[in-house]
Amino acid sequence: MDFLRPASWADALAAKAEYPDAVPIAGGTDVMVELNFDRRRPSALIDLTRVRDLSEWYEQDGLVRLGAGVTYAQLISELADQLPGLAMASRTVGSPQIRNRGTVGGNLGTASPAGDSHPALLATGAEVEVESVRGPRRIPVTDFYLGVKRNALQPDELIRAIWIAPATGPQQFSKIGARNAMVIAVCSFGLALHPGQKAVGTGIGSAAPTPRVAAVAGAFAGNALEEAGLWESRGELPPSLAREFGAQVSAAAAPIDDVRGSAAYRLHSLSVMARRCLVWAWNDYRKAA
Amino acid sequence: MRINTTVNGEKRQVDNVWEGESLLYALRERMGLPGSKNACEQGECGSCTVYLDHVPVCSCLVAAGQAEGREIVTVEGLRDDEERLHPVQQAFVEAGAIQCGFCTPGLVVAAHDLLERSEDPSDPEIREALAGNLCRCTGYEKILDAVHLAADRLSNPGAL
Repeated sequence: MDFLRPASWADALAAKAEYPDAVPIAGGTDVMVELNFDRRRPSALIDLTRVRDLSEWYEQDGLVRLGAGVTYAQLISELADQLPGLAMASRTVGSPQIRNRGTVGGNLGTASPAGDSHPALLATGAEVEVESVRGPRRIPVTDFYLGVKRNALQPDELIRAIWIAPATGPQQFSKIGARNAMVIAVCSFGLALHPGQKAVGTGIGSAAPTPRVAAVAGAFAGNALEEAGLWESRGELPPSLAREFGAQVSAAAAPIDDVRGSAAYRLHSLSVMARRCLVWAWNDYRKAA
Repeated sequence: MRINTTVNGEKRQVDNVWEGESLLYALRERMGLPGSKNACEQGECGSCTVYLDHVPVCSCLVAAGQAEGREIVTVEGLRDDEERLHPVQQAFVEAGAIQCGFCTPGLVVAAHDLLERSEDPSDPEIREALAGNLCRCTGYEKILDAVHLAADRLSNPGAL
């Protein structure tokens, strides 16, 4: 096995082009588990922690450009205002030690359906900036997840950044697990209100082969709120609307039975989490008037 | 491969490091520092917690090669130059926060980090800060006592 330590992004791309089956490693919270348990023996590791700009973020073109190596701890301390949904999800990741190392770029690289950052990225319509020596491209996050732990990266590509619109309305995240700390989601749900577009963004985690949007449910809620004039009046959310939204989110999922929970439990808990997230976010929206 | 790091203030060079091995393995098996414990090897238990460039991390999830040129402090590095226990370590001993002791090094480092940031942490703050460290013996109550005791002593260094 080789251990490559590129000092710049250009060097990292050159290394990935030369060793297409090399595994990039940043926080190591997924990669090292596979190495420690003999599940994976790549030809090389590419340590990305020396590529300094990967751990930086800035705003450009009205979007937050989040370097792939920004840790959950950074997100919580620096980006809770701009990206509240992602910051909420970040607070539920692992433990302090894991949040000090784990990155959103790594979550996307692993592409586990249970990754905690995915619902927030889906609900806000994020884009993933990837690059190889052949050039860069931006992939809508909805197109990024291809299957269980499979993503749209080509063998020579690395994830460089995630582009996310700063919040224009309340956002929420909910996650079910056996305990509070250090838990892999049984299932999870992210929601973002976009009052400018009168739209409701959604993201389902750990209840299908990939993280996915509940598009029908989001459109239903956005339209129902518009028809009742609620975006303008900021009136109370009808309980029937919240319940129906929950049911439609659940209908968008395709969960399985596994060690963490049954498909039936996931469908039920998703409908509850979606309903609650909409109520919480809507109550915040009303208070913000 | 060879790695060069600073561990507990001392420059260390180790050879024959396997490219896929963890910092925890390198510390324990190659540098003679068995204080950090190897339990779950998947970041669940916190027994291997060390400082990496002043940030607490699970050393089982850091590739040894990633530590090149970095500064590491392990539980062994918390005692002072005269080999006296750090007040956090002393408080764990006195409060009975140790039974089998396997989780203790990680808890000591995590508690040390908390008290660097917070002079007088509340119970919920302590629980949150130590959420990444599992103890199967104590039930945590005496660990909370130890953190409060250490906080008292660190903010009143003269008092007994």
